[in-house]
Amino acid sequence: MDIKPIFSTLQRHKFTACLLIMEIALTCAIVCNAIFLIGQRLQLMQTPTGIAEHELVYVQMADISDRPDVMARTEADLAALRQVPGAKSVMLINQLPFGGSSSNMDIKLSPEQTKTTISVAQYMGENMLSTLGVHLVAGRDFRPDEFVDIDKVYAALRAGDLTAIPKPVLITQAMAERLWPGQNPLGKQLYVAQGIPLTVIGVMKELVRPNQRNNGLHYSLFNPVRMPMSSGTYYVLRCASQDREQVLRSAVVKLRKLDPNRIVLDKGTWDEMRRDYFRDDRAMAGILVSVCLALLIVTALGIVGLASFWVAQRNRSIGVRRALGATRGNILHYFQTENFLLTTMGIGLGMVLAYGINLFLIVHYEVPRLPLMYFPIGALLLWMIGQAAVLGPALRAAGVPPVVATRSV
Amino acid sequence: MFGYYLDLAVHSLKRNKVLTGLMVLAIAMGIGASMTTLTVLHVLSGDPLPGRSGSLYTPQIDPLDLNNYAPGVEPPDQLSWIDGNYLLKAKRATRQALMTEGMVPLQPAQPSIDPFHAVALYTTADFFPMFGVPFQYGNGWGNADDDAKARVVVISAKLNDKLFGGKNSVGKELRLQEKAFRIIGVLGDWHPQPHFYQLYMGSYADDEDIFVPFFTSRDLHMEHDGSTDCWGNSGGDPNNLEHVNCTWLQFWVQLDTPQAVAAYKSFLVNYSQEQHDNGRFARSPNVRLRNVMQWLDYQQVVPSDTRLQAWLAISFLVVCLVNTVGLMLAKFMRRAGELSVRRALGASQRALFGQLLMESGIVGCVGGVAGLLLALLGLWLVRQQPADYAKIAHMDASMLVVTFALSICASLLAGLLPAWRACRVTPALQLKAN
Repeated sequence: MDIKPIFSTLQRHKFTACLLIMEIALTCAIVCNAIFLIGQRLQLMQTPTGIAEHELVYVQMADISDRPDVMARTEADLAALRQVPGAKSVMLINQLPFGGSSSNMDIKLSPEQTKTTISVAQYMGENMLSTLGVHLVAGRDFRPDEFVDIDKVYAALRAGDLTAIPKPVLITQAMAERLWPGQNPLGKQLYVAQGIPLTVIGVMKELVRPNQRNNGLHYSLFNPVRMPMSSGTYYVLRCASQDREQVLRSAVVKLRKLDPNRIVLDKGTWDEMRRDYFRDDRAMAGILVSVCLALLIVTALGIVGLASFWVAQRNRSIGVRRALGATRGNILHYFQTENFLLTTMGIGLGMVLAYGINLFLIVHYEVPRLPLMYFPIGALLLWMIGQAAVLGPALRAAGVPPVVATRSV
Repeated sequence: MFGYYLDLAVHSLKRNKVLTGLMVLAIAMGIGASMTTLTVLHVLSGDPLPGRSGSLYTPQIDPLDLNNYAPGVEPPDQLSWIDGNYLLKAKRATRQALMTEGMVPLQPAQPSIDPFHAVALYTTADFFPMFGVPFQYGNGWGNADDDAKARVVVISAKLNDKLFGGKNSVGKELRLQEKAFRIIGVLGDWHPQPHFYQLYMGSYADDEDIFVPFFTSRDLHMEHDGSTDCWGNSGGDPNNLEHVNCTWLQFWVQLDTPQAVAAYKSFLVNYSQEQHDNGRFARSPNVRLRNVMQWLDYQQVVPSDTRLQAWLAISFLVVCLVNTVGLMLAKFMRRAGELSVRRALGASQRALFGQLLMESGIVGCVGGVAGLLLALLGLWLVRQQPADYAKIAHMDASMLVVTFALSICASLLAGLLPAWRACRVTPALQLKAN
């Protein structure tokens, strides 16, 4: 189809055409970036955590009074929890993936190094692999004799006696790859605090951190340290996913019965914990989706409005064209092509704008570079919206009878 | 004239109800979205203590070792036990308070309420007068209570309602961690937002339930919650925070004049130099002294998502406006014939311009009012969100004014261009063409 007459018509409506192009460009730019941001959030929310996500329940307890012998009472609690019907494995852990608050460690590759290489989440607790369902890809789990109570570790640190600190450590595959790319991490040393050496004895397939995702979501390590029950630690029970509610209920009853003089701070399934952790991301993704929809609707309505006016305005010339032999199809295609041209120009400008917005976001919001695949997505979306919006007015134009040409206005 | 233009405008708008509705809706949606997000942004970046915040400062000093050191690096956000105590005892400011947060098991006297964890602020006597905390009943404690590690407690109005039905509970006993405390004060309505003096439990978190003298809390081994940042080989043993190389305390001072601020800053530098000279500080003096608003800015308390949402909404408004300009222009240009007749009959360009502007002004005003309603609806939706800042998202007088200003500006902007282009029709040409 010859597009020359379309251009010469648009030349007569330069200003209006420019406005429409600008609107499409802005919409295209914003929608491209918004879809990208939505994708980012969704991807984050889908992050595999490396644990048996749907099989875990947790209870957080706290003493009412300041009491000694917490280690022994913790052991008693764990023994009681093992008796809970349906519980396959039980542990006390200092933090959970996506739990919100965390203990972290600065890691160095040599004792002389003054700059931290990476900061990693520090998990502690006995019986972790079987309870959390974390998989080892290399090396071995801790032996029972390697575990040390946390207060002994603190006492050793206070006394400056570094021999009493447990040296073996499990690290994630991502962390190993970051520290020693392409090498076998087993037996390698890493350094924490002022040159305390730890030895890698095993590599976990995956274990995400409780929070601080900007420090590397997949950088975690495990120390063979036994934790006491406190308001910051979690009793974790693993069970079949359909048993979770009932296991949680009987666990709480058991703990209460064993020692009524305490408070249940928090309890739930790990899935609920994950939901809470991502609630802001979910809200943000929802907002982005609604803004995208609103933008596309407004743009579509704008196209409908303008196209309708143009059709009405050119009523007579359409009639003349029909009288001179143009078919309904010709008229329909004319308006469709016109819209396609305008949308394409808008999209072209929109791409440049989208790139600019992305640069702004990179500088201010720690957003990665917009991948090229989002440009065709945005373009396709706008072409579709444009064609759908112009169809109604174009059909109306095609319905203009040739006799209109003979009428005076 | 005004009445006549109004009549003409309404008449013309009525002729094309769908289009008019579309334009109003576009403006309303744009304004509603931007005002919702701007109001949230405005509320979240508000001044927690208007009138006072300018003279409240939080000192930062740098006791860390040389790991990760670089010139110009920020000192830690919090203070260690030794430094916090030194600054408190030095009393170099008009007022000063040391504080940290924790959870304390509270056993209500009523058997009907189960024991629960109360959010506690452990602080020193000046906290109340320095922050201008209002009391419903009783008072805060004095320096003597701090020194004596007195078992006294100040409770929030909310907790007083829960435990004592809102009656005067001063003098009554409260059992915390199985120890008897005497209630000496009940707070009035006091909810500084953001929660500037303690950001570690959430910038817009709920206020504390109880306020316990700082040294009493240490004496009774009350639990510390919040961030504990350690260096060296000390580990963050929560039971020995007095003896480890960790920062975990917040400290605020009141400095009334610029001279006092300068003097306090040099006091901090001198102290750091002294500590550096005797070997306790590895780094040369590295201090900061920020007031409330500077501190909130430095801590970036406003969630970056909120700012992103504001940008998003504003760009949405721009698209809506461009859309409205386009529609308005099309509408005006179609009436070129009618406008030329009016010109030919003697109406001046200015008269036409006024008439068209009136038309777009009406669209804008209606859109603005609808936008305001949408913004109120939007804020209501925000308040239904689970985020901890959600509950404070309310429209205030200043944002109301901004909303109206924005909608009038937006609509005039949207009307100006089309009106200007349309009123420049050349009547002879138009009439001849028809």
